[in-house]
Order: sequence, then C-alpha cells, then structure tokens
Amino acid sequence: MSLVARYLEEHGLPTVMIANARDIVEHCGVARMVFVDFPLGNPCGEPYKLDQQRAIFRQALNLLETADGPRTTVEAPFVWPAGDDWKRLIFSDEQPFLDSDAHENWIAAKARYKALKAEGKV
Amino acid sequence: MTHVRYIDKTRQYYLDQGYEKPYEWAHFDTVPFTRLSKPLADCRLSLVSTSDVAIKEDGGDGDHAKEMFVGNVYSIPTDIPIERLHSRQEHFDKHATHLDDVDSYFPISRLREAAADGTIGGVADRLHGVYTAYSQRRTLEVDGPEVLKRCREDGVDAVLLTPV
Repeated sequence: MSLVARYLEEHGLPTVMIANARDIVEHCGVARMVFVDFPLGNPCGEPYKLDQQRAIFRQALNLLETADGPRTTVEAPFVWPAGDDWKRLIFSDEQPFLDSDAHENWIAAKARYKALKAEGKV
Repeated sequence: MTHVRYIDKTRQYYLDQGYEKPYEWAHFDTVPFTRLSKPLADCRLSLVSTSDVAIKEDGGDGDHAKEMFVGNVYSIPTDIPIERLHSRQEHFDKHATHLDDVDSYFPISRLREAAADGTIGGVADRLHGVYTAYSQRRTLEVDGPEVLKRCREDGVDAVLLTPV
C-alpha cells in the first residue's frame, strides 16, 4: 500500500494513509500517516463506533491539509478497548496468524499462482 | 504499551515456520511529498485500499488466487449501498477483531459525510482496491500507474489509503 502512496505522491497527487502497522509504513516511507494502534483490520476505527471513526477520519483530512513535509505521522488518541494482549499474541507460537481454513486457502491460492506461472499465463 | 514491531515479529514467526528467507519489506531513503493544490473544501477525494473489499454478488467471478498473487486494480462505485460490500481479506488479526463493518477499513460512509457537510469538495465516482501481490516491482510499475490513471480520469485532488 505504501508503494502506491509513494507513486501517487511522486506524480503530483497528495495522499494520506490511515494504518495499523506503523513500523511497516515508516520503514517504506510515506508522505502522511495517521497511526491507529489497533489490531490489523480496523485502521479506520473500531467496528460500528461512529464517533471514533469520524474523529480518525477528520484527523486524516486535517493531516492532508497541514503536513509540512514527508514522513509526517500523527497518532490517533484511542486505545483498543479489550486491552493490549493482542500485541503480544499477534504472530506468536501461541496464536498462529492464520487459522487452518485461511492457511489452506493461502496455500491453494499460491499453488494456483505457481501453476499459472508455469504455464506462462502470468 | 508501544506499537507492535511487525517487521521483527513476522521475520521470527516465518523463520520458526520453516521459511528460509525473510520477506524484504520495501525501504527507501527519500520520500516524495506533494502539497494540496487547493483548500480541502474544494478537493475531490478518492480511496484506495488493500482490504480486499468486494461487491458481494460479484464474489467468485474472477480468479481470486490470481488477483491476490499477480496484483490487480479494481474499482468500486462510490454510490453503492454499503450493505452490498464485504471484505474477502483473511490476513488480518482475526483473533482480536472482525471485518463486518466495512467503514472500519474502507471508510466510504465517512467520505460521503465529509462531502455532504462540505468538509471536502466531493468524492470521486470510483474508489479502488489493489492487491498487495507478490511483487513490489509489479506494484510500482503496473498497479501504481493504473491507480494514478483512474484517479486522473476522475479529477481526483487527493487520495486516502487504507491498508489491511
């Protein structure tokens, strides 16, 4: 996603990203980011929590207007309501990232891609 | 508690799973920057996301495996009722949350609200999805230009991006 943001900026289109994975986005480097310290999946706020989603969205619009230069990160002033355990558990031995169905889907998709590649179709 | 170091965590996680080569996350020393050319209230915005958002009844038509791995840009009409959208994304923190509320990763309702109350000038007719794909080169050489082309066709002044 950061690569697309960079491409648009390079070609004259201003961007703002709302993201959960701060380190990945900053490692790549983008113009503007609102960092939301929530589990991967809800960058724009907790599900169905409209006031919070509006606040995060407004923060992004504000950043679009006010950022003075690249690599401007602001943090949304919200904490995940169920506590911080998810930070410890994500990508751990204790809790595989993908459940078995998702893992199988991923392996199958990868095999399909490899087959297409072998046939010269991609 | 400080933010999660995903680069370090995933490196160790996939090494432990037997993958030999760690994923090389994209990294650049310089970062391009473009200022808004007019006040936000006059700007037309679009949205680009890797949340694998899709129109429910379209699901299954395309070759999803191919799209995911090869990369692809597709567009969602802005005036679509949100009830017709969902995400097919499986790579998120399923243990901690869910993707039932489309606005929590593809804020189409928030964009419409901002246009309605005059905070922004408007929303482009099309919003876009991209697949992260397997190839950073492909993202830079094919998908990036395609997103730019569609945004220019729609008279977009600024873009919001939401990775999942």
